Amino acid sequence: MDNAKWIAGQLIRMMVLLVFVAAAVFLLLSISPVDPLTTNVGQTALGAMSPEQVEKLREYWGVGVPPLSRFAGWAKDVLRGDLGVSLLYRRPVAEVIGERFVNSVWLMAAAWLLSGAIGFLLGILAGRKRGGLADKLVTGYCLMTASTPAFWIAMVLLMVFAVWLKWLPIGLAVPIGTAAAEVSLGDRVIHMILPALALSLTGISNIALHTREKLAEVMESDYVLFARARGESEGSILLRHGLRNIALPALTLQFGSVSEIFGGSVLVEQVFSYPGLGQAAVTAGLGSDVPLLMGITVISAALVFGGNTAANILYGLIDPRMRKGRRKS
Amino acid sequence: MKIRNRRQRMAVLMAVSLFLLVLVTAAGWAFGETASATDFSRKNLAPCLSYPFGTDFMGRDMLLRTVAGLSSSIRLGILTAAVSAVIAFILGLAAAVLGKAADGVISGMIDLVMGIPHILLLILISYACGKGFWGVVVGISLTHWTSLARLIRGEVLQLKESNYVKIAARLGHGKLKVAFFHMTPHLLPQLVTGLVLMFPHAILHEASITFLGFGLPPEEPAIGIILSESMKYLVMGKWWLALFPGLLLAGVVLLFHFLGEGLLLLLDPENAHR
Repeated sequence: MDNAKWIAGQLIRMMVLLVFVAAAVFLLLSISPVDPLTTNVGQTALGAMSPEQVEKLREYWGVGVPPLSRFAGWAKDVLRGDLGVSLLYRRPVAEVIGERFVNSVWLMAAAWLLSGAIGFLLGILAGRKRGGLADKLVTGYCLMTASTPAFWIAMVLLMVFAVWLKWLPIGLAVPIGTAAAEVSLGDRVIHMILPALALSLTGISNIALHTREKLAEVMESDYVLFARARGESEGSILLRHGLRNIALPALTLQFGSVSEIFGGSVLVEQVFSYPGLGQAAVTAGLGSDVPLLMGITVISAALVFGGNTAANILYGLIDPRMRKGRRKS
Repeated sequence: MKIRNRRQRMAVLMAVSLFLLVLVTAAGWAFGETASATDFSRKNLAPCLSYPFGTDFMGRDMLLRTVAGLSSSIRLGILTAAVSAVIAFILGLAAAVLGKAADGVISGMIDLVMGIPHILLLILISYACGKGFWGVVVGISLTHWTSLARLIRGEVLQLKESNYVKIAARLGHGKLKVAFFHMTPHLLPQLVTGLVLMFPHAILHEASITFLGFGLPPEEPAIGIILSESMKYLVMGKWWLALFPGLLLAGVVLLFHFLGEGLLLLLDPENAHR
């Protein structure tokens, strides 16, 4: 019973934060001085139009409606499951996001799993012995990737594997000029390799460095010293004392990294012209498509909060210390 | 001088880093004009002796452009990181000192800012400011303070329990006085290190947001602009347009990282024996 209550509390907290995010984003978008008409229709075209036409366009892009009533209207629609109509694509926002989401989610999931698994392994390798060769290599690698922009790594991959070696396609999610029905799973996977690789390469450093630090701490602790003195083998020490201690924090960190993966995917999708959520966000931002930008931000914030909440709940349920702490209070 | 220990090695490394960074900044400032000079007689040259980084489609020298871009990145990074650090310091201190309600509000703000993916938030703020230079400055300043604020808040919470702060309060000093005269000196090393370690993030995010087309105008020499321009020419095999500017950007970020790590090592008294 206690657990159920606690989980409900976590979920409510997440919902409240989401409402605040929506309000904050709306505030940001409504104070913008960018005139959607000039960006999308163009100054010269506007000058050539009759006042009635301009008035119609202003109505279409929602210019001149007070922000508060717009937000109220938007929120009411969202509660009914309607995210509005994208001004650039002229289709419901939910539909655009849904379509893009399917593309992005596989990319992000692949990168999330890959970077998590590889990062964790590298962290273990490095943390087993602080200052050893493996440690130096891994921390060096992490330092390098942490200081290079994700989109540049994507560009280098593109230059090497797509332009120079011609092993993989240059961009997009499907081959150009094929009907949607003819696209095979293999095509999709091939188009996803480079973006996923670029995303994972940069995502590794965080988890690897964190795992290394934690494991090194454990390996230098008194209880590991005692285990060694008892004659326990290195492998068994790593498994019984090391992994059990570092697995949970690593899991939490990985769930918390959803935000970074999403941020990276925005850049990487832009480089590979991959039609995902991130690319849609950039297009919407550049083209003043407020409903679409709103929708994407709220969805991505939901993803991030979902990740964090999942981490909190997992931690609270699995870690015996947290369980006990809750029972006491 | 013979270099004996890690602290001295670090100091030398820091001095070299600082020197290189100042050099790049100054060079970019001085050559800003020549960097955007076009010369159509030397279009699209591959790297050679007189143009080590090659030239672009308008005959601009890529080495000069890159240095000018890095210089503006560094200046922008220093400005935004400083603003961010001040925000982090004030909010972190306020959260810990002003009591529960303020703490709740500030922690909520931290969660809020961290909840929106960083790049997306930058896009939103840049849009709210009407894009352009100030969009980037405001965006990066407003998004980088969260983790440092958390750190300072935690530190202040610990300081509040320490005897000297308790005694100061008992002696009748006001909250503000205790915060500024007794806690701030203790927090300064954290703040300075946090500030320097914030530069790399600020610079990388500036490049990213400019790359996406939200930042500086296309005429401006900026790394993000250079790289997004080079995207069009990658397919044609003009690799030098993207490779060198990116490498140099990574180099600058690394130098800042060394500076920060060095400060961390030198300012922490626990490391004095190394």
